[in-house]
Amino acid sequence: MSLVVDVQVADRDVDVSFEVAAGETVALLGPNGAGKSTTLDVVGGLLRPDGGRVVLEGEVLTGAGRWVAPHARRTALLAQDPLLFPHLSVLENVAFGPRSRGAGRAGAREAARRWLAEVGATDLADRRPARLSGGQAQRVAVARALAADPRVLLLDEPMAALDVSVAPVLRQLLRGVLAERTAVVVTHHVLDALLLADRVVVLEGGRVVEQGPAVAVLSRPRSAFAARFAGLNLVAGTATADGLRRPDGTVLHGTAGDPAPATGSDAVAVFRPSAVAVHRVPPGGSPRNVLPVRVDELEPLGDVVRVRAGELAADVTVSAVAELGLAPGQEVSFVVKATEVDLYAR
Amino acid sequence: MSRTRHVGVPRWLLVPALLAGAFVVLPVAALATRISWADFPSLVTSDAALTALGLSLRTSAASTALCLVLGVPLAVVLARSGARWLGPLRSLVLLPLVLPPVVCGIALLAAFGRRGLLGEHLDALGVQVAFSTIAVVLAQTFVSLPFLVVSLEGALRTAGERYDVVAASLGAAPTTVLRRVTLPLVLPGLASGAVLAFARSLGEFGATVTFAGSLEGTTRTLPLLIYNLRVTDADAAVAMSLLLVAVAVVVIGLVRPRGAV
Repeated sequence: MSLVVDVQVADRDVDVSFEVAAGETVALLGPNGAGKSTTLDVVGGLLRPDGGRVVLEGEVLTGAGRWVAPHARRTALLAQDPLLFPHLSVLENVAFGPRSRGAGRAGAREAARRWLAEVGATDLADRRPARLSGGQAQRVAVARALAADPRVLLLDEPMAALDVSVAPVLRQLLRGVLAERTAVVVTHHVLDALLLADRVVVLEGGRVVEQGPAVAVLSRPRSAFAARFAGLNLVAGTATADGLRRPDGTVLHGTAGDPAPATGSDAVAVFRPSAVAVHRVPPGGSPRNVLPVRVDELEPLGDVVRVRAGELAADVTVSAVAELGLAPGQEVSFVVKATEVDLYAR
Repeated sequence: MSRTRHVGVPRWLLVPALLAGAFVVLPVAALATRISWADFPSLVTSDAALTALGLSLRTSAASTALCLVLGVPLAVVLARSGARWLGPLRSLVLLPLVLPPVVCGIALLAAFGRRGLLGEHLDALGVQVAFSTIAVVLAQTFVSLPFLVVSLEGALRTAGERYDVVAASLGAAPTTVLRRVTLPLVLPGLASGAVLAFARSLGEFGATVTFAGSLEGTTRTLPLLIYNLRVTDADAAVAMSLLLVAVAVVVIGLVRPRGAV
């Protein structure tokens, strides 16, 4: 394991432990006050825990009688606000990390240009941070964090402060950036967790209540929070021209989201349980997806009933349950319009 | 510049507000009416005046530099360190601000005078502080330091630690963070604090006359000269007062654009 986190912070009632493999991205999910930021602060060395340890690539950063200062940890932080140094140009901002780690002025600028090119922000190099849009600033902040050559990247809701219209572009950028990196990302957004993280760790009340592969946790959440947080149908498979082929060979048609999957690559289809209709007899016509399933369980959720069948769920009214005579073990068809299904690259 | 929208102030407020403005401006304007303009050039360029002005500017510059050297570290420690014993220190640093300057002078004598706490030992080493130009600088520094510390500590608190945290996460050691992030971000606060300290030093009278005396060329700064001339040569005193007003206006002009003070 590349990063081992096992921390106790008494006054915030946090007792969390998880591990991150080399090159893996782990999403920390949980409601406000669950201990996500506290955990991130401990890893970054901003908070001394009462007990436990943080081990990165075999080096104890925080532990009994051992303390590595924040600047010596190489755990770059990317926060919700870009926090670009306002008195430095974009180029000098990105060169800050290399300079601090001992590179010469010319070498640091060279590295900064390389990282700005990497995030597609070369033309911003000479600007002052005050003259950047929110999306541009966060893009530069990504370059700055990467230029510091961190061993682990800590992201604290990196897209929470961005416009809805800008977020997809940055998400795309982070996907590329995080692909081969060891990273911990705190997020509230189901798509961010799904698209950025390999694994998800769910925190609630300062404890880990659930963890596992992102698709598995988000599609079949066991913890209450993850269920509320996610509650989406997530179907993994291979992208086709206009849909997704499931491992069993059936094809789910949908519309390409952002990032769009390339034909033949790994993809995931996302749709809400409320968009799914349940039929006893498969309906014909219209561009609909018809998925034959066997009902596993019926779960009342307020005024609707969630019908669970394998990895899928449908929300139907109580009267529909009675009308259809739904019961566990029954063979039915889940029907969802192609326009309700979003396809994303994995 | 963006325009701020105001909800408006009660109109009656204008009367006391204008009164306050007039209260400050009127005496200074009255000063100008007392001047014999024909003699003005010769009065302000007399040897005594130029010597005193030169001494004032040099000692004020030196005490401002000393304030920066001592005050910046103190402000940073007060603003950033969480240590408990700093609370009382924060209050004590403000003392010179509220003490009568003459008391400051007597206190300095008690510490650095020939028979003072430290002065005794300094005297043994052949260093005499009291009644020297160094005493002038020390007196000015003593009364000016709180201006710089308060101004800078406020700026540091307003700026917050978020940028410091990011800088550290990028691998910057604490000294690098201070030099490249913390201080550059509070430069306006630092500048206005330094200008205020300089202005306070320039006007310093009570502590200086008590601790350093009034020896021409050595410790007689412009305010001391004005006080001396007040009885013997009122015209010269008024002319030099106006000179000091002019210098003060220039100094305020340096701070004003920030709108910070």
